[in-house]
Amino acid sequence: MASGPVLRRPLNAWRQLDAASRWFFPCATLIFGLFVLGMPFGIAGQAALRPVYAMGCIYFWSLYRPASLPAPLVVLCGLLLDVMGLSSFGVWAVLLLGLQWTTLALRRQLVPAGFLLVWAAFIALASLSACLSWAAESALNLMLLPLGPVLMQALLAAGLYPGLAALLIRAHRGPAAVELA
Amino acid sequence: MIRLSVPFRQALSRLTLPVMLIFSLGCVLIGRADQNIANRLRAALDDILAPAYMLVSGPIRAAEHGTGEIGHLFELSAENAQLRAQNAELLQWQEVAMALQAQNDALKAELHYVPAPTPEFFTGQVVADSGGIYARSVLALVPPANGDPHSLIGAVAMDGRGLAGRVVDAGSRSARVLLITDINSRVPVAIGAAGAPALMAGVNGPDPSLLYWVPGQPPAEGAMVLTSAEGGAFPPGLPVGVVHYNAQNQPMVLPLADLGALRVLRLFSYPDNLPALTPIPHMRPDTAAVRHRRKR
Repeated sequence: MASGPVLRRPLNAWRQLDAASRWFFPCATLIFGLFVLGMPFGIAGQAALRPVYAMGCIYFWSLYRPASLPAPLVVLCGLLLDVMGLSSFGVWAVLLLGLQWTTLALRRQLVPAGFLLVWAAFIALASLSACLSWAAESALNLMLLPLGPVLMQALLAAGLYPGLAALLIRAHRGPAAVELA
Repeated sequence: MIRLSVPFRQALSRLTLPVMLIFSLGCVLIGRADQNIANRLRAALDDILAPAYMLVSGPIRAAEHGTGEIGHLFELSAENAQLRAQNAELLQWQEVAMALQAQNDALKAELHYVPAPTPEFFTGQVVADSGGIYARSVLALVPPANGDPHSLIGAVAMDGRGLAGRVVDAGSRSARVLLITDINSRVPVAIGAAGAPALMAGVNGPDPSLLYWVPGQPPAEGAMVLTSAEGGAFPPGLPVGVVHYNAQNQPMVLPLADLGALRVLRLFSYPDNLPALTPIPHMRPDTAAVRHRRKR
């Protein structure tokens, strides 16, 4: 911000629009992805894919671009996940907020760390969230639900994060970079 | 844009997360207190998304069909032989069925039998198996000019062969069917020729299990399972499946309906005026929906 007006281009309406669309990019891709993952592709375990995708996106953006994913948008995504995924209303909103909070708290340690540590931290956080969602659903349904989906989500989180991160890093440097506007 | 002082903005940004956490916990409470809110949101979202689902599932089905056709080309003669054998066998069964039909008609004429009224039904294409992590349900398209969409809530969904589930949510062009395999599904059934009562409970697996059969009379392997009018939620006599004992020696029901690949469902709305058959009113969504939501 120290650079003078000579180096900065004038802040006209187009640049503001560009900056706004770049700021909105993480949230827009997250919500769009939730809709696309709801499409009937006939993949086994597709229902478990959606929360894992949402957790991956929220974890990544909270680590590297927290300003682009404010808490109200995370709550909106959580509610959308609950409505689309037939879980109890509000459960995933609370869990995703918790995930964001934990990630923001661990930011200082995780951002300078290597990819393996970031990956391992995501697996741990995603598995914990899956366990908590299982516990919350079991408590709200007053019955012990099967534990298989928790394992499924943990495995999906472990397997999908590198690919997801590769895509999101590209977005982080390109279409989501507000400073390039 | 409103200009705020730096400390105020910092305080505001620090407060956002706790406030949002309280808000989402409030959502959980509201969702528990009034499940209709979540149901209505879900039905509205399903209505919006159903055409998009249709766009995606159409080509996928066409592709499945396409690969099937190509696969069939290589096995034409073998399949033809198999079909001829099956046809001969079915012709014998047809004779048996015709004889039984004639006998049945004669017996009904003797007894002055009054046939049960035929329920109204809609045929809906299944557009998505949009279950959740802990839920098994499918989304079916229903005719848009259906009048009151809530009249479909509680309708019994059957595929070509047997019971598939029950409508729990209905919008103006889509209906969500809770499958009999869902962990919250409970269907009163009658087993075998004697119609021994039992309860079929979904376990989120492929086959629902049987509970609360008559003590000392375990259901026989291979016995036919039909719906029972016990409790009034289902009409009696709809085919459900066949009893089978799993490796843990627990009785399960092998469903007749092809629940893994549902394509078309018939949704039967049984009329309210049937005696003791449907004490749950189909016309009032708030009571019917609350009672039949998957979460209690």
